[in-house]
Amino acid sequence: MSEAKKAAVLVSGGLDSMLAVRVLQEQGIHVEGINFYTGFCVEGHTHAIRKKDQKKDKRNNALWVAEQLGIKLHIVDIVEEYKDVLLNPKHGYGANMNPCLDCKIFMVKKALEWMHKHQFDFIATGEVVGQRPMSQRKDTMPVVSGESGADDLLVRPLCAKNLPPTLPEREGWLDRETLYDFSGRTRKPQMALAKQFGFKDYATPAGGCCFLTDESYSVKLVDLWKARGSRDYEMDDIMLLKVGRHLRPRDNFKMIVSREEGENHFLQGYRNRYISMRTTDFPGPLVLIDGEASEEDLILAGRITARFGKGKSADEVTVEIREMDGASREIKVAPISPSDIEKSWYI
Amino acid sequence: MANFSIDTRGLLCPMPVIRAQDRVEELSLGDHLEVISSDPGALNDIPAWCRINGHAVLEKSQEGREVRIVIKVGS
Repeated sequence: MSEAKKAAVLVSGGLDSMLAVRVLQEQGIHVEGINFYTGFCVEGHTHAIRKKDQKKDKRNNALWVAEQLGIKLHIVDIVEEYKDVLLNPKHGYGANMNPCLDCKIFMVKKALEWMHKHQFDFIATGEVVGQRPMSQRKDTMPVVSGESGADDLLVRPLCAKNLPPTLPEREGWLDRETLYDFSGRTRKPQMALAKQFGFKDYATPAGGCCFLTDESYSVKLVDLWKARGSRDYEMDDIMLLKVGRHLRPRDNFKMIVSREEGENHFLQGYRNRYISMRTTDFPGPLVLIDGEASEEDLILAGRITARFGKGKSADEVTVEIREMDGASREIKVAPISPSDIEKSWYI
Repeated sequence: MANFSIDTRGLLCPMPVIRAQDRVEELSLGDHLEVISSDPGALNDIPAWCRINGHAVLEKSQEGREVRIVIKVGS
């Protein structure tokens, strides 16, 4: 008997890729999962930071799915390479800063490289025609297979019947008749198939796994680029955009204000890279100052810091300003009046 | 069999898993790898990664916000 054909499947942790894997397994294909980490993945991070979320189930859905399906999962760090995808998307952005089509092309291309390196036979995704407005349309799905270089080595088991036969189908590695013809935004066919396979527990359907699809996150990212005068970022930048309130009282600096104990703790790790402040005579948030702030700016920031602390109604509050080298000093300020905090300061 | 250690403190999941995965790839069957992390999520994620990829977790512990997991490299 010939050895089972091998497929590398892009596993996000959502239902579609979970189903795609099982469909291939039903046909005797050896499947291993690949999960790409861009730095913008919602998975894990914020739960780890915010104290109120720390009791929530912290499972990584991609790992959980792999375990349910009995497959190996390879998590690939593409943080650095992904910058070019985000900063220079050939096909542009979606509703926010999400370069979904370029992202999918890039991930399929990386999966193809992995496939060749590990001597697998083809790749597959849980994509469904018409499911997503940018990357999963009838006219863009061939763009993904073409521009990634995967061509007919890319199988979409959930909607294969709506697409031309791929090499694995033509060669008889897969029986096209047992693949599916799902299309559109409805989730009913996927849920019915999940039931058929006995999947009782699965993560929220696709679409909510990337911070770049989030409007408020995208606004913060664009603000960061504008303030720095260059469209670039480091891992720490994209992490900090997920944490705290962000206010820009002046063009030359912004404040990152922790909202609770967990964020306080997380921001403490950045005190050697940013000027930070906190109130000393009342409990209050830890605040990072991003940018070049003058003494006048620091006093304004101190007044805002005081407003977000327990001393917000006091006449005067002591604020400690800590430099990046650890040197600190105290200033006494009156908490700013809520009416003086302009709405436009909130990013 | 040899003992190795990686420090992933300051990284949030899944980065500790990725660092562990990449280090394990360089090790031999039976080697031990200690992973130190400041993300409590690693206490779930690294053992899950080990289970699906054929490695064993020999020890896992948490002290304050710091976790320590010892992996025995499998097949």
